[in-house]
Amino acid sequence: MVQDDLMYTKEHEWVKVEGDVATIGITDFAQQQLGDIVYVELPSPGTRVEFMKAFGTVEAVKAVSDLYSPVTGEVVGVNSDLGADPAAIKSSPYGRGWMIKVKLEAKQELAKLMTAAAYRQLVGD
Amino acid sequence: MLRAIGVAAFEDLLQDIPPELRLRGKLKLAPPLSELEARRHLEALAGRNASANQWLSFLGGGAYDHFVPSIVDEISSRAEFYTAYTPYQPEVSQGTLQTIYEYQSLIARLTGMEISNASLYDGGTAIAEAVLMANATNGRKEVVVSGCINPMRLAVLDTYLEASGITVRRTGWKGGATDPDEIAALVTGKTSCVVIENPNFFGVVEEGCAIAAAAREKGALFVVSVDPVSLGLLAPPSEYGADIVVGEGQALGSYVSFGGPCLGFISTRKEHIRRLPGRIVGKTVDKQGRPCFCLTLQTREQHIRREKATSNICSNQALVALRAAVHLCWLGKEGMRDLATQCLSKAVYAQKELARRGFDLHFNKPYFKEFAIKLPADSERVAASLAGERILAGVPLGRFYPEAGNSLLVSVTEKRTKAEIDRLADCLADAVRGEVV
Repeated sequence: MVQDDLMYTKEHEWVKVEGDVATIGITDFAQQQLGDIVYVELPSPGTRVEFMKAFGTVEAVKAVSDLYSPVTGEVVGVNSDLGADPAAIKSSPYGRGWMIKVKLEAKQELAKLMTAAAYRQLVGD
Repeated sequence: MLRAIGVAAFEDLLQDIPPELRLRGKLKLAPPLSELEARRHLEALAGRNASANQWLSFLGGGAYDHFVPSIVDEISSRAEFYTAYTPYQPEVSQGTLQTIYEYQSLIARLTGMEISNASLYDGGTAIAEAVLMANATNGRKEVVVSGCINPMRLAVLDTYLEASGITVRRTGWKGGATDPDEIAALVTGKTSCVVIENPNFFGVVEEGCAIAAAAREKGALFVVSVDPVSLGLLAPPSEYGADIVVGEGQALGSYVSFGGPCLGFISTRKEHIRRLPGRIVGKTVDKQGRPCFCLTLQTREQHIRREKATSNICSNQALVALRAAVHLCWLGKEGMRDLATQCLSKAVYAQKELARRGFDLHFNKPYFKEFAIKLPADSERVAASLAGERILAGVPLGRFYPEAGNSLLVSVTEKRTKAEIDRLADCLADAVRGEVV
């Protein structure tokens, strides 16, 4: 399932931009590929993340994947519910499964991201 | 056999090896021996070894001559344990996995921590792994290390950290104990962890609480390397602020064996479980709801996490860990207290007898089962003289620290009798008299 109002990376992260704050998570396609998600390692507020650099990891039973940031900026919010309930990523990847909120430093980079249509093509949705 | 597999000649099996790479002529080996001849030859070689059964040993410095009850050999010699290679598939290895789970539980309980792994190679690499773990946890690039830690283990730590970008700041050893003020002076906001050994290389009991406070003040983790036998009497490191406990488990049910195989153990709190290196056995239920065991949290390990793993270790010392587990069960809580008490009492008796004959303590500090004495003569020659009488008097400290002069590190375990200790004291006195003339 691909949501129209979001933008995407080729590493299967989604981003929702509201003003100059971006909310980031992984896509439905990604969570399906991972299988059962047991753990998420996220940065603390105040950490600086960079465009397409790893900001954390998501752990499935037999694999660990890096999470890549679609934006550059400062982490201003972290979904602390994911510590106790990583399964929220599975059941609600675009909703309760959100991971971090970032204050945008370089809005022009958003142009480098994929549209919903382009992402649909990538995952064959 | 060739006929059975349908091959005409042996050379046909080598088809894939280019002819120019094949060995021409014969291997330069001695002719084959019969079983009788082979046995005679090996027994002659083995006969050149000195055994703690026939020699009187007061050697310490990391490996100790403790009593190994026959039950340890009996259980660990079972072929299912002794010869199995990497027996971790849960479908066929429930027995092995259960023994490791019990070993983990025993180590956690003994050290007062919440979790332990399935074991590491030895006490030296265990210290290194704890330092890597601290670095993985807080990302800081400096470690403050006690200079009173066993120098061979310090060397292992240096090797592990060589290309890591982590700076080691070491305290001095001259006082025989780690000075909490010296630690405090070295700890900064960049310190990942503080590491001590308790009792330390010189047998001295360290001031754990004060050192823990120095570490905590700047948010550094506190790593303590312990002698597990000492925990029969001394407070476990959990009680004085340790975040990670490591140690050498040879003293728990293994022979000295010329220094190996050893047993590294590591324990910590649950909050650090994702940084704990090595194998971990967990308890779960199978499809039918029956309790069972399996390796767990494997996403920590380097075969999955690769360069992001805390460590590249992908093995453990299962057989030696089994011996330790059997030994701990055989001892029980009271047995451990009794063992530690005997070691301490006999060490004190020995130290007093030696002092009576003029061999003073090098470090006037509380000790557990070993201590350093000052010799008025060349310690290597004195040790060699006693070795001529099949007595291993101790480890000359000058081998590691020339500034320690002619001091000898003497270790006394529960195996030593009063008569043996008196013999050591008398022979040392005689040898020194002979040298000083």
